[in-house]
Amino acid sequence: MLISEREQLRANIERRVIDFGNNRSALIPVIQEVQQKYGHVSEYVMQVLADVLHIHPVEVYGVASFYSFIGHKPKGRFIIRLCRTLPCEMKGKERVARQLENDLGIHFGETTDDGNFTLEWANCLGMCDQGPALLVNERIYTQVTPQSVHDILEECREVFGVHTTLQEKEMSCELPTSAK
Amino acid sequence: MRTSDVSKMTFSSVEPGAGLRQALKMASEEIIDLIAESGLKGRGGAGFPTDIKWKLAADSDDELKYVVCNADEGEPGTFKDRFILSHFADLIFDGMTIGARAIGATKGIIYLRGEYTYLRAFLTDLIAQRRAGNLLGKNILKTEGFNFDIEIRMGAGAYVCGEETALIESLEGQRGEPRNRPPFPVNTGFMGHPTIVNNVETFTWVPCIVTKGAPWFHDIGTEKSTGLKLFSVSGDCGKHGVFEFPMGITLKELLEEVDGSHAKAVQAGGASGRCIPAAEFDRNICFEDIPTGGSIIVIGPDRDMLNVAENFMEFFVDESCGQCTPCREGNAKLLEGIHLLQNGRCSMQYLRELHSLGESIQLTSKCGLGQSSPNAFLSIIDNFKDEIMGRIQP
Repeated sequence: MLISEREQLRANIERRVIDFGNNRSALIPVIQEVQQKYGHVSEYVMQVLADVLHIHPVEVYGVASFYSFIGHKPKGRFIIRLCRTLPCEMKGKERVARQLENDLGIHFGETTDDGNFTLEWANCLGMCDQGPALLVNERIYTQVTPQSVHDILEECREVFGVHTTLQEKEMSCELPTSAK
Repeated sequence: MRTSDVSKMTFSSVEPGAGLRQALKMASEEIIDLIAESGLKGRGGAGFPTDIKWKLAADSDDELKYVVCNADEGEPGTFKDRFILSHFADLIFDGMTIGARAIGATKGIIYLRGEYTYLRAFLTDLIAQRRAGNLLGKNILKTEGFNFDIEIRMGAGAYVCGEETALIESLEGQRGEPRNRPPFPVNTGFMGHPTIVNNVETFTWVPCIVTKGAPWFHDIGTEKSTGLKLFSVSGDCGKHGVFEFPMGITLKELLEEVDGSHAKAVQAGGASGRCIPAAEFDRNICFEDIPTGGSIIVIGPDRDMLNVAENFMEFFVDESCGQCTPCREGNAKLLEGIHLLQNGRCSMQYLRELHSLGESIQLTSKCGLGQSSPNAFLSIIDNFKDEIMGRIQP
């Protein structure tokens, strides 16, 4: 990262911490914004947050490593999280998992060499009536079949290099009308 | 088949804003008395009386108080809160605002689980609309001196943050590790100020009780578990989705409604709930018999009960925050025990030791997660010994 870029990031973080009340409770919302923008929370970011909030960087690391949706190591551009809880298991998540591994050529917990996909397990995604369910970043897919895995991955690949993000596209599941 | 019928639900019959308008004509004590009369208890699963929580917070002397809506719905098999957030979010905000009026709070926070980030934009818009309509903000609905606003905070994928003190830790920017109680959040909650933390569904029932009256709610259900409840039904049954039933319904009646009568067991209350065998289907779902936050996972005759136990134990091994040794180490030990059973290598003596370990975990863990983590395991080994002992490996 260029020095000017780092300074920019530091300034952004300082500003957002103030927006969130300039106290410790700003920590997680700011970490989440960094996570969303950069895909992970780097040591540099942790140090900046520690400076701004007047806490030890290890405190920031402790928080960043506690939550499963916050990563302190770089991950893929698309993080696929397949629900492993009982109702999704009953609806055939094992086969979906196998097909995801086959199509991506990686195991769960790994990232593809091109840095595009990370495959992870998630605990209950709250879509038990429409399983198997998976999240791609923030976007939810329900009633996934081994066959539809390919379509989901293609959908992700289509948005590479395009300015639309995955979240802006229409969702396939039940959502409040105005959220669509 | 998914069969949640939104239009037939009680929530559909309550106009957004109506309950709040009515409540603003009442004094703080009158609101709490009304909730007390209705008998409303926490709908997240623990079943703590809502009026007592509110009364304690109302009696705490502090300029700054908080209303927190627990939308960190992480219990496996539960999705009713997602359903309410999607369809009846206005009623949640009404309930929170009524709660703020009752305890004298000025700030509200919705703690939305990270898995539901896709609902955030929708809820943010709705909050903005409510500000524009004077349902939030300063002097709400021209009530002099009543200021209240709501912000959304996101969870980040930790099941334990559904526990109220862990949730507050998380809001404060800490690791989501539960605190010792007492002190309770109603005295020292978010940033040390009195805080009520209620489940999404609990808040949603409040405007219904205000508009329809406490006797309406109180007359439904059993003596200690009044009113209606939403159930999240999934698994091996004909109809999946969110259903509204009165408290005290028997499992048998519920299973008939969802075409699941052939089931050999039901996991009631998610991973932290109990596994009820078919022989006990005439038991009632209520706080005095089978307590549940609404998760009903129907387990069909062909399922392997050890897989069920294994799935839930893996869940707890993964989600334990690691503070208390019995929960952190004990659950891993129970999972090893399940693997022994799967391989047909567990003696009855060792199974009894595991049972005793499970009971120790229940007794010695600090928070609800640890205290309830062995429930599924214990109820499965109690009820399905015949199925799980002496396995011959395939």
